Amino acid sequence: MEKVFKIGIDIGSTTLKCVVLDESDNAVYTHYMRHYSKIDENLFVLLGMIKDNVDLKGAKTLISFSGSAGMGISDSCKFPFYQEVYATRYATNKLYPNTDCIIELGGEDAKILFMTNGVEFRMNGSCAGGTGAFIDQMANLLNVDVTKINELAEHAEKTYTIASRCGVFAKSDIQPLLNQGAKKEDIALSILYAVCNQTITGLAQGREVKGNVLYLGGPLTFLSKLRECFDKVLNVKGVLPDNSLYYVAYGAALLSSEEVNIDEIMGKVSTYRNNENFAYQAPLFHDKKEYDEFIKRHEKDHVKFNELKDYTGPVYLGIDAGSTTVKGVVIDDEGNILFTRYVSNGGNPVAYVKDILETIYSINPNVYIKGSAVTGYGEDIIKNAFMFDYGLVETMAHFMAAKKFLPSVEFCIDIGGQDIKCFKIHNGAIDNLFLNEACSSGCGSFLETFAHSLGYSIQDFSELGLFAKRPVNLGSRCTVFMNSAVKQAQKDGASLEDISAGLSISVVKNALYKVIRTSSKEDLGKKIIVQGGTFLNDAVLRAFEMELQTDVVRTNIAGLMGAYGAALASKELNLDKSSVLTLEDLKTFKHDIMVTTCQGCENHCRLTVNKFDGKRTFIGGNRCEKPVTKKVANNDLDLYKFKLDLLKSYEGVPGRRGKIGLPFALNMYELLPFWHSFWTELGFEVVRSDISSTELYHSGQNTIPSDTVCFPAKLVHGHVINLLDKGIKDIFYPCMSYNIDEGRSDNHYNCPVVAYYPEVIKVNVKRLTNENVRFINPYVGIHKKKYFAEKIYEKLKSFYSDLSLKEVKSATAKAYKAYEDYLNKVRERGLEIIDTARKENKMIMVLSGRPYHVDPLINHGINDLLSSFNVAIISEDTISHLVKKMPPIHVLNQWTYHARLYEAANYVKSQKDMQLIQLVSFGCGVDAITTDEVRDILEKNGKIYTQIKIDEITNLGAVKIRLRSLLLAVKNKAVKK
Amino acid sequence: MKTKEIKYKYDKNGRLLFTKQMRKEFTILFPMMAPIHFTILQQVFNHYGYNAKLLTSTSPEIAQTGLKYVHNDTCYPAILSLGQLINALQSGEYDTKKVALMITQTGGGCRASNYIFLLRKALKKAGLEHVPVVSVNLSGMEKNPGFHITIGMLRRTIAAVIYGDLLMCLKNRVEPYEVKKGSTEELVMYWQDKLVKQMTNKSGFKFKDIRRNMDLIAQDFGKLELDQTRKIVKVGIVGEIYVKYASLGNNCLEDFLKKENCEVNLPGMMNFVLFKIDNRIEDINLYGGSFLKKVICKWLFNQCMEMQKSFNYSIKHYTNFAPPAEYSHVKELVKGINGYGNKMGEGWLLTAEMLELVDAGYPNIVCTQPFGCLPNHISGKGMIRKIMELDSRANIVAVDYDAGAPKVNQENRIKLMLSIGRENMNKEEEEVAV
Repeated sequence: MEKVFKIGIDIGSTTLKCVVLDESDNAVYTHYMRHYSKIDENLFVLLGMIKDNVDLKGAKTLISFSGSAGMGISDSCKFPFYQEVYATRYATNKLYPNTDCIIELGGEDAKILFMTNGVEFRMNGSCAGGTGAFIDQMANLLNVDVTKINELAEHAEKTYTIASRCGVFAKSDIQPLLNQGAKKEDIALSILYAVCNQTITGLAQGREVKGNVLYLGGPLTFLSKLRECFDKVLNVKGVLPDNSLYYVAYGAALLSSEEVNIDEIMGKVSTYRNNENFAYQAPLFHDKKEYDEFIKRHEKDHVKFNELKDYTGPVYLGIDAGSTTVKGVVIDDEGNILFTRYVSNGGNPVAYVKDILETIYSINPNVYIKGSAVTGYGEDIIKNAFMFDYGLVETMAHFMAAKKFLPSVEFCIDIGGQDIKCFKIHNGAIDNLFLNEACSSGCGSFLETFAHSLGYSIQDFSELGLFAKRPVNLGSRCTVFMNSAVKQAQKDGASLEDISAGLSISVVKNALYKVIRTSSKEDLGKKIIVQGGTFLNDAVLRAFEMELQTDVVRTNIAGLMGAYGAALASKELNLDKSSVLTLEDLKTFKHDIMVTTCQGCENHCRLTVNKFDGKRTFIGGNRCEKPVTKKVANNDLDLYKFKLDLLKSYEGVPGRRGKIGLPFALNMYELLPFWHSFWTELGFEVVRSDISSTELYHSGQNTIPSDTVCFPAKLVHGHVINLLDKGIKDIFYPCMSYNIDEGRSDNHYNCPVVAYYPEVIKVNVKRLTNENVRFINPYVGIHKKKYFAEKIYEKLKSFYSDLSLKEVKSATAKAYKAYEDYLNKVRERGLEIIDTARKENKMIMVLSGRPYHVDPLINHGINDLLSSFNVAIISEDTISHLVKKMPPIHVLNQWTYHARLYEAANYVKSQKDMQLIQLVSFGCGVDAITTDEVRDILEKNGKIYTQIKIDEITNLGAVKIRLRSLLLAVKNKAVKK
Repeated sequence: MKTKEIKYKYDKNGRLLFTKQMRKEFTILFPMMAPIHFTILQQVFNHYGYNAKLLTSTSPEIAQTGLKYVHNDTCYPAILSLGQLINALQSGEYDTKKVALMITQTGGGCRASNYIFLLRKALKKAGLEHVPVVSVNLSGMEKNPGFHITIGMLRRTIAAVIYGDLLMCLKNRVEPYEVKKGSTEELVMYWQDKLVKQMTNKSGFKFKDIRRNMDLIAQDFGKLELDQTRKIVKVGIVGEIYVKYASLGNNCLEDFLKKENCEVNLPGMMNFVLFKIDNRIEDINLYGGSFLKKVICKWLFNQCMEMQKSFNYSIKHYTNFAPPAEYSHVKELVKGINGYGNKMGEGWLLTAEMLELVDAGYPNIVCTQPFGCLPNHISGKGMIRKIMELDSRANIVAVDYDAGAPKVNQENRIKLMLSIGRENMNKEEEEVAV
């Protein structure tokens, strides 16, 4: 028999793998290595290793390539190439022929392959959540090795809900959990469950994963606990086969048919040159001279450093317990720095702050701390744990510090590890605040993660870019997409230097164009101060100045400005002595953590109870103050609560015609009174699906076909399942291109998703057909009152033959009346709230969005949070009708609900005691249009515009900062006036 | 030569108007979508005394310009087409005091109706507020004294659509099989020039002329020497109208597929036109409304249907290919799957086109959409599963396009679809052989 070797090479996003088979398809050699994006170099090495380990001489050698990162090189070198999922399938058919379903997680890909009963292949789309890269990122956040995640998860007791959609979202869930003292073990397991849920929601798309399941790819191979999670969630017993890392390479080897000479292949690889065709921009620095001048200019702005040791005067301590780092500063009366400390936050800020305090006491045991203040994500817990005198919101701390350097500062931008914060200063007060929404964060930690994945430290990596000749143009985009864009650039031949510079530039572009949404430097003013650890990178600073074409100020403590500001703030307290724990106190310091579920209300928040020294308690994870103060939140002036309670009161009445189910979602919110009355009048018992909960959402998530649709739409699936679980046999969920015509806009559409979501439910929720449920989703036009009864009668007649037109007409009249009544009740209550608030001198917050933002799972209890700040809450629909004549606006005003936003903004602009917050669900395409317009209307009239983007995220940390900053800014503005 | 000073006029809401004076002196720029269609369309405008200029630029700068001036969460087609317009204005190639911009406005419930407002906001940001923007729509929105769509113009536009459809359709059918490389492209260019010439000479627009031209075109393509034995995967492209047709929007998808040795079927634009007219009739059926409006729409609808019928006649009689299904058949296919009231964006037509492609022997489909496209959550991604369930031949991949979505991932996904497509094709051939 002729000697044959079949070589399969899998070039993945992070690794290279090879399998060599002999003539009877036995694997004679396998190898696995990380390629750190240097694909051609490492491929050459790998081929060399094959040559060294397999005696290819005299044998027929066949080869083929596969893998997501292998396309480019295979393409230009004319190597035979097979798509990797196809190769996997081929290998599975050979090795595990009875497989029903394969779940494969890779570096940046997640795939599900259904092998039987209709072959289907699913790959993650543009979103890289739930992949190996995601787990890497999370491990980095927890400051542990990836394999340690598994070990930690083994010892978990509880799990938290973590948004599984993408790394950025999950981070904003995990960080506050860490800061509140949640255990790493529990978080590790929660991360694995998040990956699991992401894979299922994103990829299963309504198809049940069952039968013989095969687990492939790195994460599933290395993390046994992750396999367990999948087993549990899917209720299967999946198999991890031998060679689970090599299926792609194995398939490629089996598929190989082209006879080659390995030396020729190696020759081609070594001379492989890219087309060098990628978009690039001007270099950061042309030469060393330019760089030196730049450095010299920035050296001007600095604070003096003195010795803390033996210092006898009063000192002030500031701590910034940020998202990824803890920073501490001690200053003297003059503001000179005596001590600084900057440490990566390994997940638990308490231990690090304790360490900082101990260090201070060890340098100067007699130190006289006259004041202490803390800011940042960990503000509450740290203040509580160590008895700091004062806690202040981060934005304020940064402003305090900025003023010290540039008293007339006009704009301040801080790019930290996790977030971008910037604000404008007008008349000496914070006037306008921008925080990065959960979707575009990343920033510093992104650069860092990226550097690490390429085997560099952040400093070395960013310095690489300083003199890059052709910085890659990566645009301004969510960082998750950036990963893939970098991959593309590498494929096109960009050097590491070019990529480094490109990344620095895109951090800047993200800040400017996505967060601040500026288009010209004039927007930002002339006196700009930049801070935050990320700006310590000269490349980022330079990119910022180039993009704005202006010189900005960066101090020598750019990374410590928050802590410095906190120290300055504590000085202003004018205390005799700080209450912060002394050296003695620290010796006996004790920190106990307990996790529990709050039974205070239906939210059932997962609480982390921290006990310090057995006496001071700090509770995290709560949405309201109830577990802390044992008092019920005062929701008297909260229209959101009123609306929800009012809607809950529309209950079904047993009727002669049986039951009809209404999913309580999207357009069924404000129209519930309408349909409730319509069906009740016709003799049906209306059964409304339950109020949204996480369980309800999860029950429907495997039937969601589009993973990028907005969360309110995804929730519909759960509501329909909820109705099915109640045994409902008739479900009514109408399609509505048009909404009620309030006569106040150019047109009165619903958004496309709201309008037609019933169509998605109809064809994707299999249980509807399997359980013989009648899903009634006619196209109805409530905007045409005149024809409504007749038209809906035509449509319902086929379902209920005994209906008469007369009945339907009378029910229609009642329905329109019930709708009016509901609106009036809400408006009346809104006006009452305004009255009361004015009497009590309270600020009135117009929390605006869509009717479905009343859903507590969608709004995440932001109304409760606001209530706890002692402000009154109304919604846009209570004031929109008060606008008599609407001035022209600069968009096509064609959606009923959105028209109300413009009107509400118009009303608010003239009300001194009203502020507007716009809730925007992530993925809402229509709000890309409304937000700019609402902002315009408000800002033109000197009002602050606040937008809060919400998704599945369940933690309110970032929202809290935002709201506190807003309230503070409003207060300062009022004082100035 | 002394030029007259330009007088700027505004309507009561402060919108800058396109005046009669501008009509005479201004160049009107409009963004690219479907190259054959739009090249012919440009001539229609010029025939009516406008100086229209189709932008053919493709530089990566376009997306960057768009991202800079347009809200980044807006759909990708807006970022590209508005980016292309502003990029042109900033290129220095035009006197911005003598240029207007033209953009379509559908008036539907989708975000696309707002492009024109986004464009004005973008112009303001770019300091180009003095450039007037002309809305092209049939809903009576935004009137301008210097710009009117007349019945004649409408008829010629429809002709441009049908000619474009025919050339595109036949080109796609024959090109992968042509024996003489380049002969198809040559023929397309020949006819494109010829039609443009006819139009500038006031002919080629009458129904009679159109019918004759279509016959001649079909005959010419029917005569091309082809090698039908080639094993070529048949792939259909559907999706949001801009990313479906514009190579700028879909990272040159057609070229990629051709390189992968595929025959591409890009369903024509006429169905979209019919769909948009039909929507108005369906709306009245569903919700009630003016009888007169219905009659007018019906008339217009029938005119277009006539055109489509002769389109199919020409293909059927003068070539060896089966013509694409008529609108009424496409509509019938989607009955009970996606409702006729679903009209925003591509609405039910998108689903129907996928069904039609599978039926017509193009079971491998790329469903293109801008990232986060609202209507396609429903009619594209939302329906794919159902289609695969109904017809096991269907092999569909949904691909998102976006300024940040890298080509390498898109191509990888498409390659997977093609691998399955090839496997299915080989299997079928084996079965036939047995």
